[in-house]
Amino acid sequence: MWLVVAAVVLVALLPVSVLVGEVPITAQQAWDAYFHFDPLVTEHLLVRNVRVPRTIIAVIVGAALGASGVIIQALTRNPLAEPGLLGVNAGATFAVACGIAIFQYQALTAGLVFGFLGSGLAGAAVYLLGGVRQGAGPVRLVLAGSALSVVLLAATRIVIINSDEQVFNRFRSWTVGSLEGRGPDLLLPTGLAVLAGLLICFALANSLDASALGADLSRSLGAHPGRVLSAAALVVMLMCGAATAAVGPISFVGLTAPHLGRQIVGLNHRKLIPATALLAAVIVLAADIAGRLVVSSGEISVGIMIGFIGAPVFIGIVRRRKLAQL
Amino acid sequence: MNRATTREASSGSQPSPIVTGRVLRGRNFSLLVQPRALLVIGILLAVAVLLALIGLTQGKVAVPLGDIIPAIFGNGERKHVLALGLRMPRVVAALTAGAALGVSGAVFQSVSNNALGSPDVIGLTTGAASGAITQIVLFDAGPVQVMLAALAGGVGTALAIYLLSLKGGVTGGYRLVLIGLGVGALLGSYNSLLMVRGQVEQAVSANIWIAGSLDGRQWTQVLPVLIGTIIVVPITILLARRATLVEMGDDIASQLGVRAEPTRRWLIFCGVALAALATAAVGPIAFIALSAPQIARRLSQARGLSIVPAALMGSCLLLGADVVSQAIPTATTLPIGQVTGLIGGIYLAWLLTRSKQL
Repeated sequence: MWLVVAAVVLVALLPVSVLVGEVPITAQQAWDAYFHFDPLVTEHLLVRNVRVPRTIIAVIVGAALGASGVIIQALTRNPLAEPGLLGVNAGATFAVACGIAIFQYQALTAGLVFGFLGSGLAGAAVYLLGGVRQGAGPVRLVLAGSALSVVLLAATRIVIINSDEQVFNRFRSWTVGSLEGRGPDLLLPTGLAVLAGLLICFALANSLDASALGADLSRSLGAHPGRVLSAAALVVMLMCGAATAAVGPISFVGLTAPHLGRQIVGLNHRKLIPATALLAAVIVLAADIAGRLVVSSGEISVGIMIGFIGAPVFIGIVRRRKLAQL
Repeated sequence: MNRATTREASSGSQPSPIVTGRVLRGRNFSLLVQPRALLVIGILLAVAVLLALIGLTQGKVAVPLGDIIPAIFGNGERKHVLALGLRMPRVVAALTAGAALGVSGAVFQSVSNNALGSPDVIGLTTGAASGAITQIVLFDAGPVQVMLAALAGGVGTALAIYLLSLKGGVTGGYRLVLIGLGVGALLGSYNSLLMVRGQVEQAVSANIWIAGSLDGRQWTQVLPVLIGTIIVVPITILLARRATLVEMGDDIASQLGVRAEPTRRWLIFCGVALAALATAAVGPIAFIALSAPQIARRLSQARGLSIVPAALMGSCLLLGADVVSQAIPTATTLPIGQVTGLIGGIYLAWLLTRSKQL
């Protein structure tokens, strides 16, 4: 029931996201942008190069963060776990900080490259350090992730504090997570990474149900905890890394959307993963739209809006009901 | 099946005793003495004293070991007196803030029954940062106002979290943590908003505050955390036994004669006060609240909430990080809050590469 509502809301928000913004766009203009395209009309260019890509990216990123949140919480059996725990957010943040401070890149796409590189390298390091291939458990993986995150974030701060104001100025707008100016060139890499990740998620759903019971019980149910762990860790790094590289670090969705999902559909991962992905997509898209509406000039970035909107809702739900324990 | 299985099986076959140590019994009292914990406490105390002496002697003006005590009381060479006048507050701030953070982390991990529980996770540091950033970015205020605002922000946030998670007079550890996360996210968004939309100059100085620093501490900034630690830490020691019982669940605790909710309320109060005082004095310090209790517990192999090792471990970590970062001759600024993060993280990673069992 609630899922239907969420799906309807998502579909309703898609056109809103295309039309709303600093330059308002009419439905007619949006239609014409694709079916009577005129490269001289600013609105048409805006729709094709800015609004539609950004809307799709919001949905992709939301789904990726929600699904990877479910996986990391199932994997660690800890309701406080969030996808960034595996170090990819910190890796991307550090790489972008170095990119701005040392290489002084200007183009937004260069930032993406740094983000992807950083999250990829950090993910690989956590994977090796966490001893996934030697058959160590999820606790070691999480410890490796948080150790590396702490080191990388501290290094990031030190780099930024020792740089000049311009570097800080550019870095601070990346670090809050924003969809501003995310164009069509981003769609393919992010979309493919997240799609692949979601497919692996669904393939893993049954094994995750088993592994939520703990390594011993899941083994007796025929699952391979080692394989599930390594596949699930990879999938979290892939999806969260892609999302972070695309829009910057956004943490609250991956942490809380799984709690909402569990509230609605229960603990069965075959239902929980798509439900949470859907909810998270709604949250990110709604926050992005709201961020464009609340201020008259410019916009408030999506990472900030998610906190402002999501947190009170989350608090209300935690207070009203008994949240399903993991 | 593989080596991990056999390892688990072999470690499971030798359960360690539930109560460690030996019990001294008098006519009206009995005291559980844990030799290993006492040994750890002794070693940590020695390390803390050693680090404090290094912290007082090293610097641009080297003060010989023998001149320290006279110089503290204003005797001896003038440059030594001046140097110690600057270094004493710094060393005291590191010792007390470290102890406060260590105890606060131990208390929160006990209350939330979660090794990831720390004052950071339940939004307290974020609240303190909100207070400080508001003062810096919006009002361009001086250090003492910033400290008071951080204190108010931290305590206010904790109070809000506690009241929001009350339901029928009970908080419940799990709901408390979730509400804390929510409030923390809300304040985090507010902080980011100020940082992104504020003037660059103020945002830069707010960023320096957020990094956590011991530079240029004065006694006015250090005294609150010193007094607070001296008062609050003994209270937590008195509460520790009951806290260990509450960890087993409200039902079991009340069967054993411990009222869970008042105990939890007092523990939270102490943890909040300590973390807020420490953060107000030196800014957010990464990792110590999270790691000091864990490391102390591993070393002393004690069960339940143990306060003194956590406090000493926190002091040693923070002061050690400060001594190390001052000894490294570089042109770069190394904020202490980040050095603790670097050292702690690298140490944890090193532990992971060494240990086969985790």
